[in-house]
Amino acid sequence: MPDADATQFTSDQVRHLASLVRIELTESEVEEFRSELASILSHIDALSEIDTEGVPPTNNGADLLNVEDEDAAQPPMPLEEALANAPQREADYFRVHAVLDQS
Amino acid sequence: MTADADSEMLSITLAEGARRLRAGEITSRRLTEAFLDRIAATDDEVHAFVTVTSEAALAEADEADALLASGDAQAPLTGLPVAIKDVLMTKGVRTTAGSRMLDSLIPPYDATAVGLLRDAGAISVGKTNMDEFAMGSSTEHSAWFPTSNPWDLERVPGGSSGGSAAAVAAQQCIASLGSDTGGSIRQPASFCGVVGLKPTYGRVSRYGLIAFASSLDQIGPFTRTVEDAALLLQAIAGPDPLDSTCYHEPAPDFSAQLERGLDGLKVAAPREFFGEGMDDDVAAPIVAALDLMSAHGAVIDRSPSMPSVPMALPVYYILAPSECSANLARFDGVKYGYGARGGESMWSDMEATRKHGFGREVKRRILLGAYALSAGYYDAYYLQAQKVRTLIRREFDRVFAEHDVIVAPTAPTVAFKRGAITDPYQMYLNDIFTIPANIAGLPAISIPGGFGADGMPVGLQFVGQRLQEADLLGVANAYERLADWPTTPPVTAANVGST
Repeated sequence: MPDADATQFTSDQVRHLASLVRIELTESEVEEFRSELASILSHIDALSEIDTEGVPPTNNGADLLNVEDEDAAQPPMPLEEALANAPQREADYFRVHAVLDQS
Repeated sequence: MTADADSEMLSITLAEGARRLRAGEITSRRLTEAFLDRIAATDDEVHAFVTVTSEAALAEADEADALLASGDAQAPLTGLPVAIKDVLMTKGVRTTAGSRMLDSLIPPYDATAVGLLRDAGAISVGKTNMDEFAMGSSTEHSAWFPTSNPWDLERVPGGSSGGSAAAVAAQQCIASLGSDTGGSIRQPASFCGVVGLKPTYGRVSRYGLIAFASSLDQIGPFTRTVEDAALLLQAIAGPDPLDSTCYHEPAPDFSAQLERGLDGLKVAAPREFFGEGMDDDVAAPIVAALDLMSAHGAVIDRSPSMPSVPMALPVYYILAPSECSANLARFDGVKYGYGARGGESMWSDMEATRKHGFGREVKRRILLGAYALSAGYYDAYYLQAQKVRTLIRREFDRVFAEHDVIVAPTAPTVAFKRGAITDPYQMYLNDIFTIPANIAGLPAISIPGGFGADGMPVGLQFVGQRLQEADLLGVANAYERLADWPTTPPVTAANVGST
């Protein structure tokens, strides 16, 4: 398992992960999570010792395959209901900060 | 009505309540008022509820009484008050999942299980507290407040469905719904001395269940008796076109095997569930339970070994955080819930939204999941965990080839004091005996199995075969009748608070 020595889990790795999942962290949070994640990973790393040669993965709690439904249109959620919980709304849209840089 | 009659009503079961409502001995209005009064008298101490819906409950009770009076009450749970974990969408009723992220969410639709419960005639008295996004084992990680254990208010009720378990134990409702991803129904049922059932994965639709780990999450009931668990499961189980992971088979009669008894029952007590990690005060009542079952005709086999079962916890702490990091990506501050504004860009608004909206436990798991899924680590962590998941499923299959049911403790300890566990991994160890059933997708139930240290309840867990809940409930019902443990806390501040 790569980087199996969990004590090597670094603050930079935490910052990188936080940027991937879009969570702003304070510097003290970075250190706390580094230490906690290193500890958790040290327990989890026992998994790497299990021989799984030729074992297929299980990716679903049930054993269902190729579930198909009739391809029929359903009435959509009414606009007002869909927008009712929006943090910010303008007319019939969700309002957000400009996505594209206009400069 | 006298105080005695009131307190007798509070300990009623779904089965008995349905009978007495139909016989005209009580009304739904009176029953519902009794539970709402009980909530008002005790919830300042128990803190089981995030939202209490008194007005709607009483209106529904009056409708139920009208149906009952006209003799036209077809629905099996007509007029019976229940509570719903705050992770299930309830149309028009605030649904927070225990998170600031959903502080003000008013869902436009009901979860399928909630809709089915309404169709069955049940009345919701409110939404119960939980660890944020169902991540936790103590209900201390709710963004709102911690819930107390009605048996000892200094202790936790377990989690993540701690509010649903505490509400049933404190007699604030007859039954409730919870969700179980790694033990979040069974462990709080064990801590609070009530019955908690996790059905087979795919038995109950997950539509409208705010997702934590989609390959593991399952909705199920908290009740006072096994018979009630069968009734409540009957109401919520079945196929749903809105959940493609839901089995297509119609639900069978879950009460069909309640009278089966223990004679000749082949019970496996695998070594890995009775070794390391279990406190002595939990082991003693569990061993006594096995002896009692043996004395009544069950054949207890302590020889089976399931060597991969100790790996279930590491597997879980790869799979669940990985799935949660993907599921919780939807909370972006745009469409619903909390949304920070005023940053320099869309990205800074999103990062601020998730900084303030999520609590520590949720952030830790999202980061852990992102790590396990990231380039270079996917094969070593996520894929390896999925393969070991297969090994664990195969070991269950092997045991079930020769046995009818597996017995185990539900949790390694009795309920602990609030604030007693601060290390994340120590907290995760609460679920070592419950997680294997989630990993394998199997039905499992925790029922009262005696008392451990300081008179706190100990849960006895049975794990059944895929889609064989009726058999599982039959075994649990047989033990419940033999043991006849009390499911109501004797003297607690919560009881003293009511008059």
